Amino acid sequence: MSEKESKKASIKELSPIDVYMLLPKTNCKECGEENCMAFAAKLVNREMTLEQCPPLLKKENAKAYKDLWEMLKPPIKEVSIGSDDQAIKIGGKYVMYRHEFTYTNPTAIAIDVTDEMLDEEIVRRVKKTQQFSYEYIGSTLKLNMIAIRSTSNDPDKFKTCVRKVAEHTKMPFILCTFDPKISEAGLMAAPKAQPLLYAATKDNWKDMAELALMYKCPLAVFAPNNVTLLRSLAKTLLQYGVKDLVLDPGTLSGDGLGAMINNFTMIRRAAAKRGDEILGFPLIGTPIATWIENPEASAEVNSWNEAYLAATLIDRYADILILHSTEGWVLLPNVVLRQNIYTDPRKPVAVEPGLRVLGTPNENSPVMFTTNFALTFYTVASDIESGGIDSYLLVVDSEGIAVDCAVAGRKLTAEKVAEALKEAKMEEKVKHKKLIIPGKAARLSGEIEETSGWEIMVGPRDSSDIPKYLKEKWNSS
Amino acid sequence: MLEKESKEELQNLLDLLNRFEEIELEDVEMEIGDLELWLQSSVAAPRVMPRVSPAASPLKARPTSILQADFIPPIEKYPGQIAEVTLGATKSQGGSRGKSLTIGGERAPAFYLFETSTPNPPIISLDVFDTTIPLAKPVKTHFKEVLGDPVAWAKLAVDRYGADIITLHLISIDPLVNDTSPSEAAKIVENVLQAVDVPLVIGGCGDPKKDLEVFEKVAEVGAGERFLLSSVTQDMDIERACAAAKKHGHAVLSFTPMDLNQARQLNRRLYDFLPKEQIIMDTTTAALGYGLDYAFTIMERARLAALMGDPELQHPMSSGTTNAWAAREAWKKMDPEWGPRELRGPIWETVTAITLLLAGVDLFMMMHPAAVQTLKDIIGKLAAGKSVSSERIANWVPTKI
Ligand code: SF4
Repeated sequence: MSEKESKKASIKELSPIDVYMLLPKTNCKECGEENCMAFAAKLVNREMTLEQCPPLLKKENAKAYKDLWEMLKPPIKEVSIGSDDQAIKIGGKYVMYRHEFTYTNPTAIAIDVTDEMLDEEIVRRVKKTQQFSYEYIGSTLKLNMIAIRSTSNDPDKFKTCVRKVAEHTKMPFILCTFDPKISEAGLMAAPKAQPLLYAATKDNWKDMAELALMYKCPLAVFAPNNVTLLRSLAKTLLQYGVKDLVLDPGTLSGDGLGAMINNFTMIRRAAAKRGDEILGFPLIGTPIATWIENPEASAEVNSWNEAYLAATLIDRYADILILHSTEGWVLLPNVVLRQNIYTDPRKPVAVEPGLRVLGTPNENSPVMFTTNFALTFYTVASDIESGGIDSYLLVVDSEGIAVDCAVAGRKLTAEKVAEALKEAKMEEKVKHKKLIIPGKAARLSGEIEETSGWEIMVGPRDSSDIPKYLKEKWNSS
Repeated sequence: MLEKESKEELQNLLDLLNRFEEIELEDVEMEIGDLELWLQSSVAAPRVMPRVSPAASPLKARPTSILQADFIPPIEKYPGQIAEVTLGATKSQGGSRGKSLTIGGERAPAFYLFETSTPNPPIISLDVFDTTIPLAKPVKTHFKEVLGDPVAWAKLAVDRYGADIITLHLISIDPLVNDTSPSEAAKIVENVLQAVDVPLVIGGCGDPKKDLEVFEKVAEVGAGERFLLSSVTQDMDIERACAAAKKHGHAVLSFTPMDLNQARQLNRRLYDFLPKEQIIMDTTTAALGYGLDYAFTIMERARLAALMGDPELQHPMSSGTTNAWAAREAWKKMDPEWGPRELRGPIWETVTAITLLLAGVDLFMMMHPAAVQTLKDIIGKLAAGKSVSSERIANWVPTKI
């Protein structure tokens, strides 16, 4: 099929019927579903994979399997960087907007080192990247890769640098140099590492393609602010036999911000909405480039600009970022933003129900409850903590729904509250038997009192008023 | 090389950032803002794009030169347009402001500059409070000399921090705070009107009854000034609120929890009394890390739906971006590895703002001067849409930092 035709395979939505038509249609239930139609629905929702239908894997169904695979594959190719178990996957996205379907493979973040840095500096940066970790709503936010740049223009220096980095980490690398000789020197230092080669340009594409094929590496393609050239290069490299590309339309800061957003947006739309297979690859952003664009600016200002450029690119489709700053205040908002943008928009984010001990409460401390909608919980907990209040906070299972809707929808009931009190053995922990309930659950107060036998105090409607409320109502009670 | 103007900008930002070195780090004082508990939004069915399998092509020879490919920008046609809303009125428009500001009017998603230029760049309003309130430390340091004095605060916001518009939050009217009477509140508004000549957003305290009484009085004393009354909510007497806006020529902010259906519903009720050009909508802003994903997606969906023709969502969007400070990572002292909150806080607000800028927000209500200046700078650059040279970054890889 020609390029034009594949573009025409446009915005028709994939329906379970289309998928069903290609399944074995025997309703044998081997997949665990009631019938093939149910399995088709799960496939379309990405809740199951083709390999879970054993009959489909038989030889006689090879064509159907292949057609289904094509039909279900993401418009943005999934590309793997690094070797074996340490590899990281990027791209693999099915949609442009996150409300359409959960984004897969959170933006990988790389920190740079150069072959002219002192050894201690290299090791320090590698360690810092590797050890970066932040606990957030039950997950650990981390950095993912090391970008090794050749600034010396000396293959031997680059080789030494790659070796040094490889000694200290198993994180995947990006080898950054436009000189294929230097790139090869780096590859020789870690021949099995399957790093991302950055980057093929209009001048070096052929040699870089050879390296990518020889060392089985994914290859980045760089054509700053020129999508036509980027697409031409991608087309050429695909034809050359390189299968895994990563596209870089250039991270422009300052006056180029609009152009940068344009380029990323156009490419992602062409791939996700128009079926352009040549542009259907992960995108790489390089906020580090702002340091090079503004050599006069202070480190603080460059870090500041880098921080918001990174955020802009996380919002607008970047699948990998290369950053220079290792400042916590630069990285933290970005790893949190990444976590936010890559959550499943179909599911409410819930926390585990149960008792939370805030501060060091004693038998006279207040007992409060809230629901297990993650945001409600974290807001309430943060309000209580910021008020420096030692207390017990009971998280009642409302199926991840906020207080007011949970009350209205009967997801939060007096029985559930009473049960939570019992399960947490609250009667043994405090001697007052008074429960403070959210203001938005006020209409359950009578019922809860009856069911649980606890005295109910109706708290404020907004958790930010909890410290004030306790000062007035608890200390005096 | 840097032009003079941008050099000054840089210097300003530097000054703002560097102030963290001057202030002593005392124990935290903070405010969690009005983080609303919101309803779960319904979620669109996932959409997946099928692609037809390219027939196995015969192995072609490896190219020896670059194969030319074309690229046609993927332009979309949108049947809908966002209403234009003007805030503030000059003398000739019946008010006393130095200038008026118009937002909205979009015919494409935010900053899809390859489709259309931005008709009216988004604007930033600085928050001004009429009474002393607890503020996050990194914010407070920039406003400490004006706390509790809304007139001085407004002047500072305009003169030093270059606010184009300010939001006067009448917190003191809250029956649980000072219970300031409507006529006293109107007096505060009049004083601020005299002190600065930028358009005003009038913020209430969140009590629908008291806010309404105050809005009615304020609308009257500010007749013709084209305030934005912030905000009209589902539990308010809509008819009365709209009557006040209509009679005295003000706009209203239609505020709902994060749920498109509720937003549509409230807007529909407003249409009985007000034209579209007097309504801005706010679907609630949550902080980065505390629900920004919901806020972002609801706004992005609202804007796309509006452009695709949904008549009930075709309004400029407003965001209470100051809510970013509800995130503990913004205001709290943390281990040194996370940097001083004097930088972490404003970048938190900045990242929250940029994310919502890309979702389509037209009016930002913000707090920290460095965040405000950064966003202003970004909007300016995006709106100018200059063509750029990519020479420098083309060689970023081997360049030493
Ligand atoms: S295993 Fe395959 S053939 Fe059997 S019911 Fe499931 S989908 Fe149908």
